[in-house]
This record gives sequence, structure tokens and C-alpha cells, in this order.
Amino acid sequence: MDIFITPFSTNPFMVQALIAGILVAIACAIAGTFIILRGLAFIGDALAHGVLPGIAVAILLNIPGIVGAAAGSAVMIGGITLITQRSKLSSDTAIGLLFVGMLSLGVVIVSRSSSFSGDLTNILFGEIFGVSMVSIIVQLVATVIIIGIALICTRPFLLLAFDPESAKVAGFSPRIYHNLMLFMIALTVIVSFQTVGTLLVFGMLIAPAGSGALLARRIESMIAWTILFGIISVYAGLLVSYHMNLAASASITLVAVIIFFLIFIVQNIRTRGIIKETKTEHG
Amino acid sequence: MVKDLTKTLPVTTSRLNIGYKNEIVVPDINFELGKGEAVALIGTNGSGKSTLLKTIVGLIPVLGGELRIFGQPPGKVNRAAIAYLGQFHSSAFILPIRAIDVVRMGRFPVKGLWGRMDSEDDDIIKQAMKTMGVENLAEKPVRSLSGGQQQRIFLSQVLAQRAGLLVLDEPTAGLDAGGRELYLQALHAEMRRGASIISATHDVQEEAAICNHVLLLARKVVASGTCTEVMTPENLLQTFGVVIAGDSNLHVLESPHGHDEPEKH
Repeated sequence: MDIFITPFSTNPFMVQALIAGILVAIACAIAGTFIILRGLAFIGDALAHGVLPGIAVAILLNIPGIVGAAAGSAVMIGGITLITQRSKLSSDTAIGLLFVGMLSLGVVIVSRSSSFSGDLTNILFGEIFGVSMVSIIVQLVATVIIIGIALICTRPFLLLAFDPESAKVAGFSPRIYHNLMLFMIALTVIVSFQTVGTLLVFGMLIAPAGSGALLARRIESMIAWTILFGIISVYAGLLVSYHMNLAASASITLVAVIIFFLIFIVQNIRTRGIIKETKTEHG
Repeated sequence: MVKDLTKTLPVTTSRLNIGYKNEIVVPDINFELGKGEAVALIGTNGSGKSTLLKTIVGLIPVLGGELRIFGQPPGKVNRAAIAYLGQFHSSAFILPIRAIDVVRMGRFPVKGLWGRMDSEDDDIIKQAMKTMGVENLAEKPVRSLSGGQQQRIFLSQVLAQRAGLLVLDEPTAGLDAGGRELYLQALHAEMRRGASIISATHDVQEEAAICNHVLLLARKVVASGTCTEVMTPENLLQTFGVVIAGDSNLHVLESPHGHDEPEKH
């Protein structure tokens, strides 16, 4: 029993990491659920990576990375919207363009300075053991805002996922609510990157929500499952990383992905079993 | 507000031009739809039926002439007053939602962002599903249902809104004979309630028969009037014959007065 509790009861940094991780899991569960429902995985991915130049510039100017991340995601969303509206290109082309553009820009900025290499690792993989109380409070506020948006906009978000035209006819502007959804996703990425890093935040957005989507029959239960899987991933990932001296945020994301595949495999075996049973019954 | 709505006609058009981005699909449309009445739009694919419906619900702008919904320009109308059934719901197959959740969405325009759903809403939702014979599918995930069952669920959603104007694009698509029968009964019930219906259909024999007014469309208004007035062999030939000969709708040409069962292909 000790190996499950002692790391947290004896190390304050582990408790802080756990709290920060749980907040990331909750924010990512809500944003991730709507990412999957609306088919926005690619834009989520692009946002997670596109904030890199913003953060790099912020570090150069010695301002908080979170401000740079916010600027980076604003440029991403603005650019995608501009290209989609002013050209005949589809949104995935626009997203792809901004994605590689911003990522390259980030790497170019980072490569200018040799002192950056440590920072780059932190940006990409987070520093969950070095999360400050201030970041935790910022994250808490952001998580409350994300929960608020999801609660207030449940109906339009649902209609939007179901059919954007019916949302419009029902009196909910698809443009406003789509942008609100993007804002919610961007906010999640911005506040989560310090904890799990820009590379791995996408894993936390997609993997627990993917597991939830496999199990759930309704959206409320999908969010509940997703939060549960997110928290399990954070806890198990931290524990594994503590005992085996592995990279923490990568361990967390890996657990989340392993949970997905476990559910996927069990579900497939069960479905095959049921098909086989019905075949033998009828045969 | 609601009282005012009932005093004005659900749909009036005058020299209305419809289409996309300045390309007129159908020019010069003139008709009126009264309270408790139904109008059927009949035409082939690409004839302008869906374009007219989308213009009425405010999804695409009016290109010319005048269109009034309950006396107001489309888009300015109280959203709860219009229920719309579009043609495509591709994402319904991915979403983890149950059939009853889809029907429940029919109450969203009435309740808005905040309005609480109460037991009356639950009753309306249940009743709508019963009307379409899908009350036993309520708890099933939509993605596990067949196309015809899904269509019945979508129709239940429209019925659950209790709107003053029902705008239906190919409402019988994918429905079996039983589903079509329930749908026609539901239409009658909605009209008795005072709702007006505008629907686009290929189903000349059955659906047009219950409509007070028929518009034959073929990128122009071929004919407009009561069912018996406009359903002449010449009009139907103009509507269907030339545009896509060889389509299964050809049976229309062979039995224009439509007392026979349509052939199944």
C-alpha cells in the first residue's frame, strides 16, 4: 500500500504535481470531449504545437510563458479563420499551414540561443514537478472558466456537434459558439502546457476523451468517464515516474493512451464474443 | 408576441428569387401558406426545393423579391416558431448520444440557453417519440440505429418543438411503409393543432395528396396551385421528365394521377 501513498505523503512537490495534473485532467476532459464530438482533433493538435513561438518569444522578452502561449493561440485561430473565410481552401489545409508555420517559427526562435535547449525541453514536456502555487491558482481559475463555458453552452455545443445548420435555425449562432469552443480549447492548452508540455497536452486532450467516447452512451457520462481516466492517468503516471525515475508528463500521457487501447481491445473481444455466441445460437 | 404571430400568415412570398451567392436557382416564386395548411414542393434533385427551404429558415439569404415568415423577414423570426428538418446528419453516427437526447434537442429552440426542462417537456418528448413509433428506442445510442429509425428520431425531434411552421426536407427519406403512415398521421395532427407545413418531397402520390397547395419546381416554378390543378401529365413531364429521365421517379409519368402504389425499385 505504501508504494501508492508514500510518494505523495512525504513529498510536497508530488502533491502539487498531483493537484496541477488533476486540474489539467479536468480541463482537458471537457475540452477533449467537445474536440472529439465536433471533430476538431486536428485544430487541437495544431493549437497545442502552434503556441511554441509565442512561448519562446515570451522567454526571450522575460515575460510569463502563459502570455506568449495566449498570443500564439490567438495568431493560430485568427490565421485559420482568415484563410478559411478568404480562400476556397478547407479548414484542415489552413490548420496544417499555420501548424507547421508556427512550429517552425518556434524552433527557429529557440535555435537562435544556446541557453534555450533546457527551456525547450520544459516547453515541450512541461515541468510538472516545478509547478508553482501561482500556476496552480491560474490553472484553477481557468478550469472553472472552462467548466462554466461548457455548462452554459451545453445546448448550442450539442446542436453544433449534431448539425451546425440546426444550431443556426434554433437561434444559436454557429460562428459565435464555434469560436467559444475554440477559445475553450485554446485556454486549456495555454494553462496546461506548463504542467504537461505543449507536445503532451494534446495526448491529454485526446486519449482520455477517446476512451470516454468508446464507453459512453451520452455526453454527460462521456465527460465523467474522461475525467476519471484523466485523473487515473495523472496519478498512475506520477507514481510510475517517481518509482522508476521516468519522465513524468510522458508517463502520464502514456498511461492515458494505454487505458484507451485496453478499453478498445476488451471492447472488441467482447463484441466478437457476442457475435460468435449469437451465431452459434442461431446456427 | 405569440399572439401576434398567429395573426400573420406563416409564409408569404412575392416575386421571390432564391439561390446561392448571386446565382439564382429559382426566380419569381409566389405563394402563401396559411395557418394549419400544408404546401408540398415537388421536383427532382437540384430543382431548388432545398434552396427554398433553406431560404425560408434563414440559412441562406433572399436574393430578390420578398419573403415573410409570420410577417417578418427570415432570420428575424422567433426561433421557436420554426422547426427544420435538414437532409444530412452525418455526425449523428459518431456522437455518443441516445435517441431521446436527439429528440430533446427539439426543445432547445423553445427553452433557449437557460430555460429549464420540466415534466411538461418530458411529456412532449415522449409523445413525439410515440407518434413516430420509436418510444422503445429512447435509450438506444443513435449510432446503433438504422437509417429509417434515425429518420423517425429526427422527425420526432421536429414534432417535439411544437412549432408554428414545420420546414421538412425529404422527410420520408429512408422510411418504410409503416414509418410513412405514421408520418402522414403526424402531419395531420400537427395541422389540426394549427401548425403549417412546408415539405420537399419526391413522394407525389402520398404526401402531395394531403397538401392544400403544391409547387412544382424545376429551377423555375412549373406550376403552383391545388393538388388536382397542378398534377397534370404535362406539368409532371416538365418537372421530372426532361431533367433526369431514367430515375425511379419515372413511374410518375406512367401514372400521373397517382392512385396506384408507387413501384419499388
